[in-house]
Amino acid sequence: MSTETQIQVVMPQMGVSVSEGTVTKWLKQVGEPIAQDEPLLEISTDKVDTEVPSPGEGVVAQILVPEGETVEIGTVLALIAPAGSAVTEPATPERAPAPEREPVVLAAEPAPVAAPAVPPPQIADSSGNGKSFVSPVVARIAAEHGVDPTAVPGTGSGGRVTKKDILAFIESGAQAPPPVAPAPEPAVVSAPQAPAVPEPVEVAQPAAAAPAPAPAPVAPVAPTPAAPAPAPPPARVATPAESQPELLPGEALEPMTAMRRGVMEHMRRSLDTSAHVTSAIEVDMARVVALRQKLKPEFAQQGINLTYLAFIARATVDTVKDYPWINGELRGQSIVTRPFVNLGIAVALEEGKGLIVPVIRNAQDLNLQGTARAIQDLAERARTKKLLPDDVQGGTFTITNPGSFGTFHGTPIINQPQAAILGTYALVKRPWVVQDELGNDVIAIRPLMNVTLTYDHRLVDGAYAGLYLRDLRQRLETWDEAAY
Amino acid sequence: MAERTYIQAISDALREEMRRDQRVFVLGEDIGVYGGAFKVTLGFQEEFGPWRVIDMPLSETAIVGGATGAALMGLRPVAEMQFADFISCAWDHLVTVAAKQFFRGGTPVPIVVRLPSGGGFSGGPFHSQNPESSFAHIPGLKIVCPSTPEDAKGLLASAIEDPNPVLYFEHKHLYRRIKSEVPNERYTIPFGQAREHRPGEDATVVTWGAMVHTASEAADELAGEGFEVQVLDLRTLIPWDKERVLEDVRRTSKVLVLHEDTRTGGFGAEIAATIAEEAFEDLDAPVMRLAAPDTPVPFSPPLEKAFIPQVEDVLAALRELVAY
Repeated sequence: MSTETQIQVVMPQMGVSVSEGTVTKWLKQVGEPIAQDEPLLEISTDKVDTEVPSPGEGVVAQILVPEGETVEIGTVLALIAPAGSAVTEPATPERAPAPEREPVVLAAEPAPVAAPAVPPPQIADSSGNGKSFVSPVVARIAAEHGVDPTAVPGTGSGGRVTKKDILAFIESGAQAPPPVAPAPEPAVVSAPQAPAVPEPVEVAQPAAAAPAPAPAPVAPVAPTPAAPAPAPPPARVATPAESQPELLPGEALEPMTAMRRGVMEHMRRSLDTSAHVTSAIEVDMARVVALRQKLKPEFAQQGINLTYLAFIARATVDTVKDYPWINGELRGQSIVTRPFVNLGIAVALEEGKGLIVPVIRNAQDLNLQGTARAIQDLAERARTKKLLPDDVQGGTFTITNPGSFGTFHGTPIINQPQAAILGTYALVKRPWVVQDELGNDVIAIRPLMNVTLTYDHRLVDGAYAGLYLRDLRQRLETWDEAAY
Repeated sequence: MAERTYIQAISDALREEMRRDQRVFVLGEDIGVYGGAFKVTLGFQEEFGPWRVIDMPLSETAIVGGATGAALMGLRPVAEMQFADFISCAWDHLVTVAAKQFFRGGTPVPIVVRLPSGGGFSGGPFHSQNPESSFAHIPGLKIVCPSTPEDAKGLLASAIEDPNPVLYFEHKHLYRRIKSEVPNERYTIPFGQAREHRPGEDATVVTWGAMVHTASEAADELAGEGFEVQVLDLRTLIPWDKERVLEDVRRTSKVLVLHEDTRTGGFGAEIAATIAEEAFEDLDAPVMRLAAPDTPVPFSPPLEKAFIPQVEDVLAALRELVAY
């Protein structure tokens, strides 16, 4: 067999629910030259009858599915030898056995439909590793992205879905045109790239690596085996704009840092993963303000700057005990809860152009002073770039504090794979209806803070989140000095 | 830099360590005037004298036992076995005394035992074995298996510096066949750091010693078929670079563990089991092993060829793996 790279022509998917198609007529025969996009055959499905254009220029090398036969989508119908290469074999018009072991590498397919990967012909393969077998890594990636692996065309033995297949599938599905509008103001910061998984089970890189400088799109044939990301050609073809953005007069170009790329990937993935809902509550912070005034000098002697965040973190951790799902995680089909709280604290860096979420481990064991000290230590080390890898891993819940510049509300993004993120906002004096000692309503000046809980509605219901916020407010408004 | 063969690099390293450290000396059978079975120490006795290049009786027990005693007294002996196979005679001194002395009595035993190992030239069952896995099972011993001249030199210097008993497996089939540029100056290579011999993203071959070159040839051939296979050279088995192996397995999701030693209980089993335990969710294919069959090494050249994994064997395994 020729070891030349040949282009595969596959049965395209002509609609979401269509799973097979029938070859009605071959418009070219083996040995005939064909141009790119020139009609090669006619197919018929239960939704539509159409022509299939050739994905590349060359000579028809093999026809693998005869007229009248019905095959699954993704099945290889024919092979096109690249122009210039000799077709050594007149090829069998019969449905030849799969080109065994032949390294038929995927060509870039400008196919009109999303059929990213191409399985070999579904020839009987009795190895037992049929399409139904899902390897551990494929199962994990499928669960993480909410993809049904059986919907992915497989190129492995017996049509098995390989890791590359599912990554290509996800990537092709995610390649929506980039938004035209500039990214939203970074005022409301949210959980960034902290490799949030408590295990070093890093998400497979390819998805994140895709925006890396891809080599210029090559001719539709030879794939570049040494390409850094196993991204299949189709994805690369679709994103030529990324490598060389065009500038209008006056515009400037700034390279993206690794942190920004990480934030970019994580924000998108989080929104694609969780069902974000935000609930807000107003907290009368009078008691906390008074206590902070009182304790500040004492803490200062210990070298600790006592912030409102320390109070909120402390109360948050305490409240989480009663609401384990807030501190939980959806993992596959299960809900994970834990007896400890690894509390992430979002820290803004470089004048708002970057952010990291160091983690206070076992925050439930710390009192107010310990919490304040831990926050101060992590923030300091985050800003001086002295965090260790362990400091940013394994978080179970996150607090972000975008209020320091005066914003009073926001909708942060959840730090995956956590279930919720707490946002704290500016402390402002407001006229507030309270009751005097006689039980009469009066308007008083009170220090009010908005606190939001953004939660994954797949796991956390609105009532559960509301109860959590209610209890958190209760703790802050009735802060018991002795208890902390 | 200068081009050196694998065996020249070993000789260079040994000479250099003896020049810079008076405590370092060598002992073994016929290593003096004769220069050793493979001539690694040729000329050493003239330069360093008979008290630092000691010809020993035909007794591996005496060689390793003597080295252990000298190490306890503060010296840095480097013992030569004519063939790795004969280390079994010194098992007791090595395993019962040298490996355990520090844990038992608190005194380190900084000996190096050089072990010419491996087959490929019809040496038969007594002169071709790769017994590294037997010793990998003994806590207290370190195990080094260099595959290139540069590593051979740097790892031997590290072995001599190391305060533990170190078994240095030098593959005979690499001695004069493999040559490359080696830095002239002294350098050390830390234990427990794998080296990427060849990059690739479609699968990872984890191996060491002569099989690094076999795997690399197979990978080169497979590149012509459109697959890029990474070859990871462990360089040292104890300690072995688990983190690097797991990192690469997580990346490629397909792994072939390859060694020249026999299959059952080979060190590849340890690697395969670790991958299954710690990277299960990142696997896209079963962890494959390729090793010699469970028989003594045959004399007959065709049989030996069938015994030791060849480029074609690796190629067949890799084809199966990438197609899985």
